[in-house]
Amino acid sequence: MKRLVALEGPLAAIAIALGAGAVLIGIAGENPLEIYALMATECFGTPYGIGQVLFKATPLIFTGLGVALAFRGGLFNIGAEGQLVVGGLAAGLAGAALTGQAPFVALPACLAAAAGAGALWGAIPGMLRARFGAHEVINTIMLNFVAFALVAWIGRYAFEPATVRTAEITAGAVLPRLDVWFPALAGSPANFALVLALLAAIVVGIFLDHTRLGYEIRAVGLNAAAAEFAGIGIGATRALTLALSGALAGLGGANFVLGYKHFFEQGFSAGAGFLGIAVALVGRNQPLGVVLAALFFGALSYSGLVIHGRVPKELVDMLQGLVLLIAIAVPAALARRRG
Amino acid sequence: MTRRFGSVVANDDVSLELEAGEIHALVGENGAGKSTLMRVLAGLVAPDAGRIERDGREVKVRGPADAIRLGIGMVHQHYMLVDPLSVAENVVLGREPAGTLGLFKRPAAERQVADMARRYGLPVDPKAPVRALSVGGQQRVEILKAFHRGARVLVLDEPTAVLTPHEVDELMRVLRELRERGVTIVLITHRLAEVRAVADRVTVMRAGRVVGNAAVSEVTDELLAEWMIGRPLETLPPPLESSTGDVLLEARELSALDDRRLPAVRKVSFQVRAGEIVGIAGVEGNGQHELVECLTGLRRTTGGEVRIGGLRAPRGVRARLRLGFAHVPGDRIRRGLIGEMTLAENVLLGRLHESGRGPWLRKRAIEAESRALLEASGIEPADPSLEAAALSGGNQQMLVVARELARGARVLVVAHPTRGLDLAAAATVRARLRRERNEGRAVLLVSSDLPELLALSDRLHVMYEGRLTLETQPSATDERTLGLYMTGHRMEIAQ
Amino acid sequence: MDVLLFVAATFRISVPYALAAVGASFSERGGVVNIALEGIMLNSALAYVLGAYASGNPAVGLGAALLAGLATAGLHAWITVGLRGEQITSGIGINLLSAGLTRYVLVSVFGSSSNSPRVVGFDPLVSFDTLPGLGSVLTSPLVLVGLVLIPAAQWLMFGSVFGLRLRSVGERPEAVAALGLPVVGYRVTGVLISGLFGGLAGAWLASEQHSFTDGMTNGRGYVAIAAMIVGRWSPFGAALACLVFGAAEALQIALQGSGFPSELIQVLPYVVTMLAVSGFLGRSFPPRALGTPFAPERSGQ
Repeated sequence: MKRLVALEGPLAAIAIALGAGAVLIGIAGENPLEIYALMATECFGTPYGIGQVLFKATPLIFTGLGVALAFRGGLFNIGAEGQLVVGGLAAGLAGAALTGQAPFVALPACLAAAAGAGALWGAIPGMLRARFGAHEVINTIMLNFVAFALVAWIGRYAFEPATVRTAEITAGAVLPRLDVWFPALAGSPANFALVLALLAAIVVGIFLDHTRLGYEIRAVGLNAAAAEFAGIGIGATRALTLALSGALAGLGGANFVLGYKHFFEQGFSAGAGFLGIAVALVGRNQPLGVVLAALFFGALSYSGLVIHGRVPKELVDMLQGLVLLIAIAVPAALARRRG
Repeated sequence: MTRRFGSVVANDDVSLELEAGEIHALVGENGAGKSTLMRVLAGLVAPDAGRIERDGREVKVRGPADAIRLGIGMVHQHYMLVDPLSVAENVVLGREPAGTLGLFKRPAAERQVADMARRYGLPVDPKAPVRALSVGGQQRVEILKAFHRGARVLVLDEPTAVLTPHEVDELMRVLRELRERGVTIVLITHRLAEVRAVADRVTVMRAGRVVGNAAVSEVTDELLAEWMIGRPLETLPPPLESSTGDVLLEARELSALDDRRLPAVRKVSFQVRAGEIVGIAGVEGNGQHELVECLTGLRRTTGGEVRIGGLRAPRGVRARLRLGFAHVPGDRIRRGLIGEMTLAENVLLGRLHESGRGPWLRKRAIEAESRALLEASGIEPADPSLEAAALSGGNQQMLVVARELARGARVLVVAHPTRGLDLAAAATVRARLRRERNEGRAVLLVSSDLPELLALSDRLHVMYEGRLTLETQPSATDERTLGLYMTGHRMEIAQ
Repeated sequence: MDVLLFVAATFRISVPYALAAVGASFSERGGVVNIALEGIMLNSALAYVLGAYASGNPAVGLGAALLAGLATAGLHAWITVGLRGEQITSGIGINLLSAGLTRYVLVSVFGSSSNSPRVVGFDPLVSFDTLPGLGSVLTSPLVLVGLVLIPAAQWLMFGSVFGLRLRSVGERPEAVAALGLPVVGYRVTGVLISGLFGGLAGAWLASEQHSFTDGMTNGRGYVAIAAMIVGRWSPFGAALACLVFGAAEALQIALQGSGFPSELIQVLPYVVTMLAVSGFLGRSFPPRALGTPFAPERSGQ
């Protein structure tokens, strides 16, 4: 019951943001209700639309889970964008290298590469925090930039000539499209990475609530002093938390690289790492909430394309930021009034 | 004047009168309400009822600015200084000598501070960064701050708590001189020696009320100690005869620093055997907190060692917990419980090292164990899925105590185990501690509750300023004597 | 590689960083983490273009940019100081919002989703031919303003009464409150100052480019924060760090044609920042109360 009550923040945020959006749509000369109706029907009313929404939501689920896990551990992971990128790159390079391997070899290997690269990218600020007390906010942000530079550098040698993408991955590493199971979704880029994402959400939920390590992470996040008193090593726990967080974000690259284009392309991430922060916050750092929030933000993303003829699609970008801000402001305002 | 914090009445119908040009000592144990009273005066906290009068007329103190304007200057126990700034900058902050465009006239400030320092006999270097000063020096800066704002009433909150004996003498001299200059001083302390040294009159508070008021020359130390510490004795059955076994917990010449890098534990040595309760009495702030942290493995020692079961204690909390060590922290909110977690999860907090089987939390087993624990301890409601923050303070303490005692450890270190508990709950906890002792555990009881210590301990120490100043047995002492040792009036440093 | 051109490029690249970093130092010295710089600069750049486009006068553009910077910073201040919301996520949220907002306005007003039409910029006082490269940069009015503002900021931070109080608020707000001074007021002022400086930086970017492009700040706001940390939260230090970072960026651009992997130079500022934050370049201590919301304790408030 308590979980439902905690929805007031995100729902209010979404409501207020949609209201603001309505005003803007009105200014642009269109009817807000009509526009919102159009968004809803295109996103959820047609199979192609649903497929697009699922496709856009998938990386957000991964990055959202990563950021949420970090938040539960009391840490700020602003580096999901970089972790996503190195994860995608690793997956793309592994996929291209494992030519001829069967799927049950190539696919796990590529996924492991993605997770491993992301984990490394998260472990670095994690260990800096554990060992030197360096706050992870700056370090994760810096590693975003390092990731971009790293991609550019590796790209010198790994990109196909005159492109910014890597070689095509082997057939064994491909994540099939969802229309294999759901023929209705034919034509949309939705792929099995979504299934992996949902699995990841379930795993993260079980991990946090039912394993000892998950418990320790939560304890450190809620009250590090008490956790220390109980014998939990807070430095090591924090480093591990950021590594796991990075691994999740890194897996997000699989959606594009293994499931859609079948190669790594510079710039594929398109802000999914930063949006993951919004997804985690709006989803209250709970796996189910993250999935729902990712679907919402994914739908917003796609609906921008849908309404583009009539209202600038950039309106949607604005709404995304607005939702995040209101999601912060509303609980803070309520807490102030109460306390 | 009455001030409540939630359900705790910090000041209950308290009245205090200050005469001009006197040094008035405000005495009492921790939590007696002295600091709250003074913070009301300084405008940091608003009273729920009552009023403040100055020169016979009522005045309103709505904020620190009002208090400053009325000439009230407070020197806090935890200094309110800005570390990276210099002495002069700290002193003049808020009333800076300023030039055109808001220029800060640093040389003028330094000159003003130097003049004041000379005038009041408080030697400081205006240019020195505050963080480089000794504690005594920082205190002088705080006092100068008050005078810079024209204070005529100076309130000092436990000023000698962190000073060396030499610095204490210095401060006493300064206070006497200030009195000559017509400054009215309120000295909050729990040390009777200081009261004797400088105060003209003394007011004693206990549990939020004023229990005594007299001229210092007309009252004895024994009476003061009794006012401070006396509490209605409750009856506990006399302890069973028990044979004591091996030394399970030992401290040898243990030394450690506090968070401010000052010596807090000075060469403390004691032993606790199986089947006995050893008590350490003392007013809080004399190093007990740091001592307990050394024993549990949370604080590095600067000398000496801790031995558990005859062997040198391993590093780290978890390792010691595995050795059969349990501890009830003095600060249950910060160290003992995680408010946002459920009761079951909090019970787990102390048992992590022993849930051996694999990575999984055996949730159902934990729930069942927690429920049993809650019911056995009489915690209401006995619902393991409640959030810990929803329990009353007393129940929270019961939970922590019950959790730790349930572990079947050989060595128990408990700090203030009955703090905040009502009489019935406190009696339950004490009975439980006695049972552990009878069953052969070694129990170290750190407390400032004298009746409790006298009733439970087989042997008793007093801790004062980081040292154990007395070793005795309950049959050989009484509350008054202990009170004198706890307030530093008498000392016998153990050989 | 022409040394003069390199120096000119360094200056040109460093200026927006330096302005933003100097401004950020005021916010953070007051205790408020301001990661919203990216959004502040972005909004201000667009505002400059709007103002300059509408009036044909760069001064109007500058005014609009400063207003936009103040408004954005004001939003951050309201959320973090007024509502006591979490400072880091507020910054990220404002950045996201600004990215979307600027895109939206760009499309709505100019009809293009990637760039605006060309607008007037601030012409350098000395023309390009007279003193090639360096001259045109050094005598650009905005650069001159920057060169004056940075020492002024240093003075404001360390030589004025305001600066003394602001720094105290960031270290020990309880101490300042106990003296009867308004902690909230100082914190908000610090944030608004960072908005002004950020506005100036955004105006510089847009004026230099003579247009607005989507996402033109390109992470400079985050780098400015990093420079501020490396510069130990002082305006001079921040500006100096920005100069070094700017040199690295200029070097990287110069190397782009040659075979040398310019990406290695590119990451230098970020790696240096990580080392600094982790304590390898000497302990750099942030203001002690940075990031913690200040709650006045009196009952009934």
